[in-house]
This record gives sequence, structure tokens and C-alpha cells, in this order.
Amino acid sequence: MTPMLQASSVSVVVGGATLVDTVDLRVNPGEMIAIVGPNGAGKSTLLRMLSGDITPTRGTVELKQRPLRAYPPRELARHRAMLSQHVIVTFPFTVEEIVYMGAGDNSRATVAPLVESALDEVGLRGFRHRQLPTLSGGEQQRAHFARVLVQLACGEALNGPGLLLLDEPTSSLDLRHQIDLVETARRRAQNGTAVIAILHDLNLAMRFADRLVLLHRGRLAVDGSRSEAMTADTIRTIFEVDAAISYTDGGIPFLLPQTMRPVT
Amino acid sequence: MSALADARGKAVDSRIKRSLRPPASLTLLCLCAALVGTALIAVTLGAAGIPLARLPAALGLWSDGAASPLVARDQLVLWSIRIPRIVAAAMVGGLLAASGAIMQGLFRNPLADPALVGVSSGGAFAAAAAIVFTDSYIGESIRFMQQQLLPLAAFAGSLATTIILYSIASRAGRTSIAIFLLAGIAIAAIANAGIGLLVFIADDRQLRDITFWMLGSMSGATWGKIATLAPVLAVALLACISIARGLDVLVLGEAEAFHSGVDVERLKRISIILVSAMTGVAVSVCGVVGFVGIVVPHLLRLAIGPAHRLLLPASVILGAILLVGADTMARTIVAPAEMPIGILTAAVGAPFFLAILLRQRSLISL
Repeated sequence: MTPMLQASSVSVVVGGATLVDTVDLRVNPGEMIAIVGPNGAGKSTLLRMLSGDITPTRGTVELKQRPLRAYPPRELARHRAMLSQHVIVTFPFTVEEIVYMGAGDNSRATVAPLVESALDEVGLRGFRHRQLPTLSGGEQQRAHFARVLVQLACGEALNGPGLLLLDEPTSSLDLRHQIDLVETARRRAQNGTAVIAILHDLNLAMRFADRLVLLHRGRLAVDGSRSEAMTADTIRTIFEVDAAISYTDGGIPFLLPQTMRPVT
Repeated sequence: MSALADARGKAVDSRIKRSLRPPASLTLLCLCAALVGTALIAVTLGAAGIPLARLPAALGLWSDGAASPLVARDQLVLWSIRIPRIVAAAMVGGLLAASGAIMQGLFRNPLADPALVGVSSGGAFAAAAAIVFTDSYIGESIRFMQQQLLPLAAFAGSLATTIILYSIASRAGRTSIAIFLLAGIAIAAIANAGIGLLVFIADDRQLRDITFWMLGSMSGATWGKIATLAPVLAVALLACISIARGLDVLVLGEAEAFHSGVDVERLKRISIILVSAMTGVAVSVCGVVGFVGIVVPHLLRLAIGPAHRLLLPASVILGAILLVGADTMARTIVAPAEMPIGILTAAVGAPFFLAILLRQRSLISL
């Protein structure tokens, strides 16, 4: 299978500090990958490099077998969509206007159905005329996710399955919406989209991702399936936490940290 | 029970901030009508009053055959003084308001204004330098060049100021609002010190010209200056259409705009050149006129929303209305003398600026 994304020995050095250190990553269409790791492990830097936002100091990134830097911004946006952390909007754009921003130069009439279904998927249909800065953090995050979904759908209509990058997409979401978001991403993956998400909640990551990529101090520590990646040993080495790992009836691992002090 | 929930839902619904925007065509139509109305009023008012009844004859639209001396006088006043002045005021107002709107989009900050952050001062300084130095060193023989040189100098001054401002205020793709405003104040102070120095070495005639730049006035408007303004305004309007979507998406931040397919570097370059050209050419015609660029886009965002595709053209028209109105006041309230228009716009605009600041204190974190 031809890879959707191939990063070969990529490093990012900023001011003498190596944020990402010789990482190799190959992502196939339809794969759903969770990047996990402690704070400062280089997760966001890696994702921004895969999005084309940061140029690697060494190594190359290829999207659909074409170097990332060979894409002009507009064309790149038709092959990959990315949701950043903490997008702050200062002007009173409405939710609907924000979601339409994902549609690029396409006419409103063409993309209206995509916008409607994206608003449905994030549960913001009733909020369409609300001004974004007046919404809660979680609602804003869902609005931006809808925008990114529209961008992805517009690109995929032209070029076939694309790449969806999500930087801590669930950071402000309640439990219900965390699950909704990851399920939405999962559905995209089933249609051939390659999804890479940074997730802090290891249980959420194990529940939804096909593959887990553990970063530790800029290096790729583990790249493998749930059971390969999530062992008590790796959790202890990388997160410095003792954890018990159990399995659900469906065979999905879940993790219970043990070093917490008991509540007295 | 469900009726109660319904009623509660409605009560909450009426309190939350919903935005239903008026249709774009209606907005632009109303603004155009208001501009024509303001211009008509402005035409009739002045040191030599021309009542509406005499207006058609004076404009040459309708003539009763016998050209009376009164009509001849009206025509002279209208065509050589008042109409060029109104047209120039409308164009300058449009340029200043649109350049304010672009600058606010670029910096993602409703308080950005070319006059406030020294871009106008930079232009005025360069214009003042052109006045003093072309006089001293180029000599009388090519004084006629000043007419062409001034807009160029003002543009260069504005461009240099904007570029310095941008490079100071943005680092690693993020623009710090606090650094931006503070750097703007410092740059304005430097430009004003430069103007002060030029005032110090200028002779009497140059001094009068420089004072004109600093206070702002439409009294120097001529058809020749309109000929300089018109192409800049036309190009700027076309460019505004092409950058509107980019400026919308830029509100998400530079990284997110890039992810959405915007060529951010190109957008920033075009915006900076546009703001400098529009401010520079406006400054070269009427000197420093502040706050039009803040007041107009802010009012419009409240009424029609922040989308630049409509905000930019609407700013041009409302800016024109505002400046034609302000100029009419400037030349009538102390007639036959004239108040510098910069004083008027500052007197209205500065309290307005404070009001925005107070309203948005919670939203803008410095």
C-alpha cells in the first residue's frame, strides 16, 4: 500500500535544543494513530512538522509520495487538514462563518451540505448564529473541529482520502463530546482518511487508535499496536508512573495509575 | 413541563448574543444612499451658501437660459473649490477607513489604526522632509515636482513605518498586541520628533506647509490631487476583494490560516503594502487625520459582522460619509475661518477609542 504520509529521519532543532530527534513515521490511508507522551516530549512540534507548518531541520516529510514543501499552501490544504490547540478569535464571527472558513474558495451553495453535516457531527447546529467569542472553550473547540471537517471533506471531494491532524482535540471537551469527536475521526478513518491525533488521555487513545506512537524527549520510544505500546514498563519509563493494565471484555487495554496517593 | 422548558429555553435564547446579519446588497445600497445625501448637504453648506433650489443650475444640470451672475458665482465655488474638496474628502475617508480595517485584520486587533500606531506620522514625517529638503537642495527650478514627490514620500514613510512595526511586533508567527501598540507609540514619537526638528529648521513658508500636515486639513484639495488619489483607491478596492477571504481566515491565527490554505506571507506583504499606500496617499492630500480607521470598521462590525468581503467596501463608503461630514463641519462651524479636520476627528474618535477599550477590556488580554 502506498503510504499517505512518510517522515524519514526528521529532526527539529530550535536554538540548539533538539525538539524532535530522528523520527521515522509511516502512516497508511485509513489508519488512526494517537501520539502520546509526557509534556515537552515534542508531540506538537512533530505534528506541526507533519502539517508543513514547521520545516524539519533534517530529514524529509512526504505526503502522498510528494515532498511536503513542494505543495503550495492552497493545494496542501486540499490534502491535509489540521486542528491546532487554542485558536483564539478576536472578531465577532459566528459559528457558521467560522465553519464556512474551512470551505476555501468554494461557493457557499456547493459546501452548504458539508457545513450542515459538520455542524451536526459536533452538535452545534443550534449555535450557528452565536458569536464564537461568546461560547465556552469546549464549544469553540467543537466549532473549529467542524471547520476542519469541512476543509477535509472539500479536499477529499477533489483528491480522495486525505490526512487529518488533530492537536489535543479533546483538551476542553466533556466526556460525551470527547467520545463524539474521536468517533467522528474514526468514521473518517474508515473512509480512508489517515488520522493522527495527539491525545493526553491514554485510555481514550487506546480505545480509538489503531496504533500508538509514544514520544519521549523528542525520540520515538514506541510505535506499535495498543498491546505493544501499553505495557507497565513503558508507562513507568516514559510517564514515570506505576500503572496497572487491565483489559475490557472487548480486549481493549485500560490503564489505572497506581502511584496516586489514596484518598483519606 | 415541556412548555415550561420551552419558555425557559426562549428566555435564555433572547439573552444570548445571536448575530443575524443584514443582506450585503442592502447594506451597501443604504450606505451609498447615505453618502449621496451627505454629499448633497455638504455641497449646499459653506462660506458661500448655495441653497438646494439653486443647486441644479449651479451644477449645470438645468439652466433657465439666462446665465445670471449668481449662477456663475455658484458654479465657480462649486466646481473649483467645493466639489473637489468633497470628492477628495470622500476618497481620503474611504482610504483611511479601509486601511484601518485591513490593519485590524492583519493584527487581529480592533484597536489598530494607521494614525494611532505612527504609520500616518511616518508618512507625514517623510512628507515634511520632502517639503524642507526639496526646497533647500533641489531648488526653485523643479519645485513643480513637489506635487508628485509628496505622495511618494508619504507612501515611502508609511511603508517603512509599517514594516518596522510589523517586524518588531511579530515573532515566530505571533503578533503581540502589547508590543505592537507600544512600538507604535515609540515610532510615532520618533516621527514626531523628526517633524519637530524639521519645523525647527524650516523657513516660514515651509513651516506653514508642515503645520498643515500635522493638523490635517482638506483645504488643499484640488482636481490634481484627486487624480493622484483615484488610481490608488481603485487599485486598493480591487486588492481588497482579493485579500478579503485571507483576512477572514487570518483571524484564526497565522498557523491556522496556513493550515486552511492561505499563503500567509503573501497576504501579509500585500496587506502591508496596501495599508502603506492607502495611508500614505491619504496623508499626502490632507495630512494626519486620525481615528477614522478605528471608528468606521468598529461600527460596521457591530452592524454587519466582521467578514472582510463586506466590511472592506462598506468601510470605504462609511469612511467617505464620515470624512465628508467632518470636513463640512470643519469649514462651517467657525466660518469663515476653518478648523483643522484632524482636531475634529480626534475629538470624536479618541473618546470612541476609549469606549471600545472599556467594552472589550475582558476580551483583549495585553
